Amino acid sequence: MRQAQPDMNQVLPEVSEARPELGVVQPGLGRADIAFAVNGAAVSVNVPPLRRLSQVLREELRLTGTKVGCDAGDCGACTVLVDGDPVCACLMPAASAAGASVTTVEGLANGRLSALQASFLAHGAAQCGICTPALLVAATELLDTTPRPTETEVQDALGGILCRCTGYRKIIAAVMEAGRFEPSTDSAAPHPPAGTFPPYSDGEKGEAPALATPSPRSSRGEGEEQRERHSFDLGLDRRMPISGNAVGASPVRLDGVPKVTGAEKFGGDSFPADALAVLVVRSPHYHAGFAFGDLDGWANKHPGMVGVFTAADIPGKNCFGVIGSFADQPALAEGFARLRGEAVALVAGEREAMFDLDMSDFPIRWTELPHILQPSEAQAKDAALIHGNRPSNLLTSGFVERGDPETALANAAVAVTGAIETSYVEHAYIEPEAGHAYMDGDTLVVVACTQAPYMDRDDTAKVLGLPVDKVRIVPTATGGGFGSKLDVSLQPLIGLVALKTGRPAALAYTRNESMMSTTKRHPAEMKATIGADADGHVTGMIFSGDFNTGAYASWGPTVANRVPVHASGPYATPNYRAEGRAIHTHGPISGAFRGFGVPQATIMQETLYDELAGKLGIDRLDFRLRNCLRNGSETVTGQRLESGVGIAECLEALLPHWARAQADADTFNSNHEEKKRGVGVASCWYGCGNTSLPNPSTIRVGIAADGTVILHQGAVDIGQGSNTVITQICADALGLPLEKFRLKSADTAISPDAGKTSASRQTFVTGKAAEKAGRALREKILRFANVSEKATLQLDGAAIVIREGEATRRIDLASLDMDADGFVFRAEETYDPPTLPLDAKGQGKPYAVYGYGAQIAELEVDLKLGTVKLIKITAAHDVGKAINPLLVEGQIEGGIAQGIGMALMEEYIPGRTENLHDYLIPTIGDVPPIETILVEVPDPEGPFGAKGLGEHVLIPTAPAILNAIRHATGVLVTKVPATPTRIRAGILEKDGIREKEARA
Amino acid sequence: MIRYAKPTTLDEALALLGEGAWRILAGGTDFYPAQGAKPFRDNVLDINGLAALRGIAETDDHFVIGARTTWTDLIHHPLPPAFDALKQAAREVGSPQIQNVASVAGNLCNASPAADGVPGLLVLDAEVELRSAIATRHLPLPDFILGNRRTALQPGEMVTAIRVPKPAAGTSAFVKLGARRYLVISIAMVAARLVVDNGRVTEAAIAVGSCSAVARRLAGVETALLGLPRDGGLAGAIQSAPMTELSPIADVRGSAEYRLDAVREIVARAVLTAAGPMNDHMVAAA
Repeated sequence: MRQAQPDMNQVLPEVSEARPELGVVQPGLGRADIAFAVNGAAVSVNVPPLRRLSQVLREELRLTGTKVGCDAGDCGACTVLVDGDPVCACLMPAASAAGASVTTVEGLANGRLSALQASFLAHGAAQCGICTPALLVAATELLDTTPRPTETEVQDALGGILCRCTGYRKIIAAVMEAGRFEPSTDSAAPHPPAGTFPPYSDGEKGEAPALATPSPRSSRGEGEEQRERHSFDLGLDRRMPISGNAVGASPVRLDGVPKVTGAEKFGGDSFPADALAVLVVRSPHYHAGFAFGDLDGWANKHPGMVGVFTAADIPGKNCFGVIGSFADQPALAEGFARLRGEAVALVAGEREAMFDLDMSDFPIRWTELPHILQPSEAQAKDAALIHGNRPSNLLTSGFVERGDPETALANAAVAVTGAIETSYVEHAYIEPEAGHAYMDGDTLVVVACTQAPYMDRDDTAKVLGLPVDKVRIVPTATGGGFGSKLDVSLQPLIGLVALKTGRPAALAYTRNESMMSTTKRHPAEMKATIGADADGHVTGMIFSGDFNTGAYASWGPTVANRVPVHASGPYATPNYRAEGRAIHTHGPISGAFRGFGVPQATIMQETLYDELAGKLGIDRLDFRLRNCLRNGSETVTGQRLESGVGIAECLEALLPHWARAQADADTFNSNHEEKKRGVGVASCWYGCGNTSLPNPSTIRVGIAADGTVILHQGAVDIGQGSNTVITQICADALGLPLEKFRLKSADTAISPDAGKTSASRQTFVTGKAAEKAGRALREKILRFANVSEKATLQLDGAAIVIREGEATRRIDLASLDMDADGFVFRAEETYDPPTLPLDAKGQGKPYAVYGYGAQIAELEVDLKLGTVKLIKITAAHDVGKAINPLLVEGQIEGGIAQGIGMALMEEYIPGRTENLHDYLIPTIGDVPPIETILVEVPDPEGPFGAKGLGEHVLIPTAPAILNAIRHATGVLVTKVPATPTRIRAGILEKDGIREKEARA
Repeated sequence: MIRYAKPTTLDEALALLGEGAWRILAGGTDFYPAQGAKPFRDNVLDINGLAALRGIAETDDHFVIGARTTWTDLIHHPLPPAFDALKQAAREVGSPQIQNVASVAGNLCNASPAADGVPGLLVLDAEVELRSAIATRHLPLPDFILGNRRTALQPGEMVTAIRVPKPAAGTSAFVKLGARRYLVISIAMVAARLVVDNGRVTEAAIAVGSCSAVARRLAGVETALLGLPRDGGLAGAIQSAPMTELSPIADVRGSAEYRLDAVREIVARAVLTAAGPMNDHMVAAA
């Protein structure tokens, strides 16, 4: 091959053929000046011509609204318009942008939000917001050509963009109805007060405003008279409720605006320009020993390398884990790796040099060792131990026993037995783990996406040998979490580089390494027997489940403990035994994923309930109503539920839908042979917060001298809406309007610990702390003013006006002493739910609050192909009190979408599905219409009666779908996901048996 | 040192190709995923400056699809009904974002067993135009894609066009079987083209993808359909026709058994769709 010529003039465009739109692209290995237009402005960048356009936009032009989720065209998060057409910016060379006109999300608003952006906010179509820019860009193009699109047109246009939070239905509605939000010219839109937004604009100031609003929506129960007078900014109606009416209203989410403008900063969006790039060397084997060669020599050979770091460089204890007593995971493996994708070394270097770093000669020698991937092999006698201190590779087990299940089953009129197997499920948030770290004096600052800042702080400090007050965690916006961002991932890694080099260090996981190295939902192998008496009352149940917990503990103990507590479902089960075992393998680490094992166990129980109902000849929904928990019932842990049990209300709310759906299916089926419709139902219950463990949240709120209410909102909002919901609760407890609130983020240097965003605990636990803090603050003000509880508060500029009866007092806030934090009044309250430990038989009071729900799935099975088309999901959920009904709906729809994925398509296979085209999650065409029925049976403990919701919503979906498939086909698929292969195999097997019986 | 070149004429491009080994960059939708986060180590010939290679033209004998023609270009170009299967496949290639830049020819060069574009071109009897600085040759599509990720491209050659012989008669349909609605790699897919004369099938072209290393025409099915009346009975003939060309593997998308079973059904559906609307009586005859 000829040597590359420095000039390579033979490929310069000939003058006569040069097309002006190509711009000046200089060939060669080096860089080229590439000129194009972005959002109407001319730009020129000097980059290698093959650099991905997404990277150019984000890193050269700092237009970080364009997201990178996979770098492969599988997720669509990087969608931009090039000369008007949507393309994946991650698949376009910078050279192809030359002369083109590029539109990014930052170009959609023009002084005020576009109609589509406003519609997204009004509909709650943005949750975490990571996919929102791409959806907005692609939908803008659609609306340009098709102003009033049909649902199918919207789906076709957005089919290439994955969203993991919303379930897509609100996105479809927002696009279809965008026309209603065309800015009108007559509304006198006052400018918002200076400095009130955007919230979280830089991830560090951590201030979010509560902003004001109403518009073309009316159906959430908050009447016009209950709202503030329309106040607009950016042309947006924020639907702000008036004082005292925040709870139960659906204001536009307080952190919403930056999610639609592209201003929101996620983990990878604020890397310092001088940060070292960090690359993680990972094990290519499930189990292997390794030894390094000459690392320094290798680093010296590669220009721009600053250092290679291994376990030997870790100054603290190289062992982390979310549950202290089970902590077992090294930040960098020592001598051998226990799973494919385990981090073994870090390479840090200058950013540009790292782009060109060839790792093929990295000096590491691997020695592959035998591995175990199945729990059955791990449990075999003589199986090698994955952790020497855990006999039989058993991490831990959970156990609940009540009454005498054997006798109950022996005496049951009807008993059914079954087995269900589930697969690894990947969280597949569209934002891979990302963040940067730097030294601020002697304090290590880690700016990254997370669900649990204080846990990150403690584990990072432990690994790096720092006192916890020398580690500061600054949470960025988090582009989806669903449980996996509870565990530390890159925090100790970038922290180590920053600590060792003194320079900022930045890292964004590739999709591949995010999928390989972070946690999954536990695969389960379960079996159970349930018996009932002739009247259709369940008398006993025995459940046993092995959960593949992978190479390290993570949340395995939580799954093992939660499952036996919940495996009965929300049904009275007087005689019961359940055991859940977390078993180590060399597979991916199983951790927390929306439901902690309960979704798996519920598939087991709810499919058996259908079988029982069938044998008893009782309608399936009626059977559940006969058995569901009621006020005064005792759970399988012996906890007496005095009040607030709403499962019966949920099931009753479904009755008319159940009748209609069955009739529809019968009609269809009588006219079709090759396609059959089915209807299924399933329930859920879920205890909110930690299982029998302390679980406190602390909320600080105060009044600043300028008359703003400052809320230290430490409950990380990963899209579910805690920024809004916690503020709504606090506002009504305090008695001041939502719009006066400004939020401080969950930065560990700024806000007290509100615990982790998991276990459906934030609305309940942090909400309760916010309620207490709001009331305490109110109490302080009232006492200062020497008035009674009945007084009302009002903020009037930098004064509080207090009225009681005829009397009015005005407190000039500027005249009061201000504390170090700038507060003139402040309160801080902690709430820890009252629970009791479980005894040896799992008896006790594991949770203070439970939430309930039930869902109907309607679907159509193509009998010849085994494919499933979902028709509708009807979901009734008892949330106690819907603090924000729109956000509740968003949680329900998003949870259902994940349940659909688990039921029908999601199966993570290490080594084979480590990307988003082999690992399938639902697209916008896979989620059917969802009808939500909000049931509000107040809980005596929860704030304003509220219960948790986030995890409940996913639990019934998969069993309802499996029950509907069985209703349609007569086939119960016993391994999920119920892929076309498995459904069709079941149909063929059933047909074969039928033929055999016919012949016999 | 590696080279990057973005020529603006085909002659320049072919001259460069003659100088050594190059990786060709067109739409980039396979190029970048294959690259991942690795550094570039191959010479890259960016053909996106070759304006002459984009678009669909007609000669006396052929429809000529230039090598840079995108799936979106194809969807929007008026073509006879025999191309409907290919156009339907075009809408299933990734997403609109992919279709807007990915080229039809690139789909062939990538030579994935699950390439959505191949069955639709096979039923059109398409051939591939390969050019080097010294020669031009035309290969029937089955002779171009040799196996999983293997093509007949020789050093110094590039695909410059796909040619579909005229008249491209009949009507056609495409059926894709996947585990979700959008952005999905096929478990199996079928393109079918039928010419019906006087109510009877006079020509049948059926091709299946994702059920063998390279998409294949089904000669046994095609033979079985010839001469049959255009009615629901076509499905019956397919049920018993040999499909010996297929040798599916089991992968994360489906088992081999499932593929063989399901593909027969979607062949029937594609054929019936290609055959056009029939009244209920005709379908019931199946």
